[in-house]
Amino acid sequence: MTGGELALAALAVPLAGVAFAAALHRNPDWREAATFATAGMLFFLVVSLAPAVLAGERPSVVLFEMLPGLPVALAVEPLGWLFAAVASSLWVVSTAYSVGYLRANGEGRQSRFFACFAGAIFAAVGIAFAGNLLTLFLFYEILTLVTYPLVTHHGTDEARRAGRVYLGVLVGTSIVFLLPAVIATAALAGTLDFRPGGILGGRVDATAAGVLLALFMFGIGKAALMPFHRWLPAAMVAPTPVSALLHAVAVVKAGVFCVVKVIVYVFGTETLAALGGAAWLTAVAAFTLVAASAVALRADNLKRRLAYSTVSQLAYVTMAASLLTPAAVMGAALHLVAHAFGKITLFFAAGSIYTAAHKTEVSQLDGIGRAMPWTMGAFAVGALSMIGLPPLAGFVSKWYILTGAMGARDWLVVGTLAASTLLNAAYFLPIVYRAFFVADTAGGGHGHEAPAPMVVAQAVTAAACVALFLFPGLAIALAKALT
Amino acid sequence: MLAQHLPVLVAVVPLVAAPLIVVARSGFLGWVTALLVAAATTAMSAALLAQATASGTISYAIGSWPPPWGIEYRVDAANALVALLVSAVALVVVPYARRSVSAEVGQDRQYLFYALLMLCLAGLLGMALTGDAFNLFVFLEISSLSTYVLIALGRHRRALLAAYQYLVLGTTGATFYVIGVGLLYLATGTLNFADMAVRLADVRDARPLAAGLAFITAGIGLKLALFPLHAWLPNAYACAPSAVSAFVAATATKVSIYVLMRVYFSVFGVDAVFRDLPTGAILAVLSVAAMFAASAAAIVQPDLKRLLAFSSVGQVGYITLGISLGSAPGLAAAMAHVVNHGITKGALFLLAGAMALRLGGTGMDRVAGLARTMPVTAFAFVVGGLSLIGVPGTAGFASKWALVSAAIEAGRWWIAGAVLLSSLLAVAYVWRFVECAYFREPPAGAPDRDEAPADMTGPALALTAAVVAAGLFASPVLEASTRAAAALMGFAR
Repeated sequence: MTGGELALAALAVPLAGVAFAAALHRNPDWREAATFATAGMLFFLVVSLAPAVLAGERPSVVLFEMLPGLPVALAVEPLGWLFAAVASSLWVVSTAYSVGYLRANGEGRQSRFFACFAGAIFAAVGIAFAGNLLTLFLFYEILTLVTYPLVTHHGTDEARRAGRVYLGVLVGTSIVFLLPAVIATAALAGTLDFRPGGILGGRVDATAAGVLLALFMFGIGKAALMPFHRWLPAAMVAPTPVSALLHAVAVVKAGVFCVVKVIVYVFGTETLAALGGAAWLTAVAAFTLVAASAVALRADNLKRRLAYSTVSQLAYVTMAASLLTPAAVMGAALHLVAHAFGKITLFFAAGSIYTAAHKTEVSQLDGIGRAMPWTMGAFAVGALSMIGLPPLAGFVSKWYILTGAMGARDWLVVGTLAASTLLNAAYFLPIVYRAFFVADTAGGGHGHEAPAPMVVAQAVTAAACVALFLFPGLAIALAKALT
Repeated sequence: MLAQHLPVLVAVVPLVAAPLIVVARSGFLGWVTALLVAAATTAMSAALLAQATASGTISYAIGSWPPPWGIEYRVDAANALVALLVSAVALVVVPYARRSVSAEVGQDRQYLFYALLMLCLAGLLGMALTGDAFNLFVFLEISSLSTYVLIALGRHRRALLAAYQYLVLGTTGATFYVIGVGLLYLATGTLNFADMAVRLADVRDARPLAAGLAFITAGIGLKLALFPLHAWLPNAYACAPSAVSAFVAATATKVSIYVLMRVYFSVFGVDAVFRDLPTGAILAVLSVAAMFAASAAAIVQPDLKRLLAFSSVGQVGYITLGISLGSAPGLAAAMAHVVNHGITKGALFLLAGAMALRLGGTGMDRVAGLARTMPVTAFAFVVGGLSLIGVPGTAGFASKWALVSAAIEAGRWWIAGAVLLSSLLAVAYVWRFVECAYFREPPAGAPDRDEAPADMTGPALALTAAVVAAGLFASPVLEASTRAAAALMGFAR
């Protein structure tokens, strides 16, 4: 198969997964086997695209013309490949986790769950491989809609309210800010294709570029830039596998992926720098980063703390991209990968704690490390990666972001990074400390370790955090190709 | 031989079919006749559109009396497109109507339903295709009178009130139109649109023309439910039989909008309407008011069909907003939304009719838990709702894209902002249905799974599929609309 056909197949496979999950409604074992098969198939297809992308090719395919002169098209470039690789590899792992979680917790509507899950991956792959802004926007909206049933999975009043916030913020920002930005780009540039160096060079003045950038950045609500971050903690009402794969990886990474993509391929870092840069964006991201960390510090609910940690970590990517220097953009791309593996590990652990011990609050976790050593061990690895300590993935990306910030002599960013490292430590380490070093005074015990598929899943992602530190070559090579 | 009479045959065939159905006095024969007629008019409209696209304007002189003395039928890329929309919707609605009408209209009156539907179809097609201002008035009355009776066939007594209300306001509208035409006739001495367009340029005294334009705007504004002249519409759509709601909502206001376009862009011309008079500003303000006020009103309606009706008033606002830009891209966007909103609203009303059949009504309490009892219908309704919002991949997105592009191109950023902000109100009213259907329990005693029969869900789903197809492959409609706008603006030349 040619590269373009591979990309098309990668888009079709999760769509087939939707059909399988719906068709095998009455046979859970086969349904889950089919989900595994599609997830594995997708990962294989994405991996087989790697040599071409690394060799500098840009496999592309035009599907059909949606609007006059504006087709739906796929084009695989390094950043998109990285995002697709992260999403597809973690889909395999989280399928195992989901099976364990849904069965252990006796969740209803499992077929709808797996169908929408595959649908979300379909949309994520579409975003990753989008060849132009219109295609990106199409799949961006699909991703919002297909994850809505997952967020409101439990069907309770609380879920319904959370669904309103989720949809209101994501659809609202995308229609009111992102869509006019896309249409204005089409009008100004005459094309919506992603091109190295951007498409707006020489076609906008500084004011227009500033307005357009603001529309894009606040329009991409999935990147959770304050004040449009509320949907992310609201979405925590969903079952934990959803929070793990979608709200730590696919959906939020789609957000920051779009941010980087717009800055690199629509504006072009050099064009944007020449037009006065994005200093306000750096400031907003820095504020989001610190403010979200402060909220996380005070959150007792574990998933809420993780959610605000995600808001803060997403701001790392936006902030790094807004620096517009090669090293910082590399750091942004690497952080997209590193945070995905770290945060999914943390969410997996949170779900395991809920499943095995029925605990949701940080204050209930005293001494749980003894009952659930694997889970809390994985949690510790994820937490340390978030803080950015070696030998873990978070260190690599933070290194590049810091290098970029110092290169740009942006001491605000350097200071923010230092402060946030301390804040990260302040809200993650107490959890690890409680779990392993504080005796369980409340009594009643914590039961036992989570079901095997869940333990395996979190062990794999924790190991991946280490592996990304030891063998960062592929990710660095791809990130470098971006600049 | 027959082909050259197509422009007039499109309107004459349903006009002749109506009395034949009355003579036959059979509901079944009426249905078969209506089906054949709808298929025939669809085929003829498609042929006309292809011909007009390929070789430009087609002029047909009735009785071989040459225009401007005789009545001229003048088909171009604009009105052929409207005729195709009207006939195609009829072709979808008639198969659906068989069971829906059996359930909602008394057995002895069913043949009258089909006869009236044919009259209404003839009226709308005649309005679209005629090139004569007074002939248009005649067809306007044919379509209006038949619509009043069709609405009165609704199963509740409220339908009579709704029909009466529409009768009073609709007649006022038609009267205003004819007064406006009278003023233009006094000034130009002709009723032929093309001739009028030429002669208007030589008229010295502009005041009667402005008065004529104002009368026509108000009169047609009533018929197309231009805010705040929309009072008749919610009751009429909500109380009419389901098949009538679908047909009228998808076509009647759309043909009136086309008439307004024809008068503005072809007869008077852009300069006279938008430069010499403040029409654009007035229309823009009313449109934006419709987009916000009517959409907000839709959110709180206790009944699904009323919700859709208020949504229609808001969506008409997008169309008139496109017209108010007074530019070719704006007009093309308006025309695209005429088509896209027509099929969207048609699909939604057909689905609402399927719900009415099974649930006995479309009150919000009745559709609770619909996802359990009628999952396919509920999902299709959500898809149609997404098109009202303008989500990419649906028809509504394509026209919204065109409209926002046109506003940006005209430098009217506030209009682009208003279009997008008001979409959020559509999110609210569509999600009211979603939460009702997916989060609430079905009423006690509701059957486990009970979709409407295939002859109703089939047409409804076909039109829903067309909504998605028109969204993914939007170029044909947008390009046809661009050609239509060019034809409307280049009329006199």
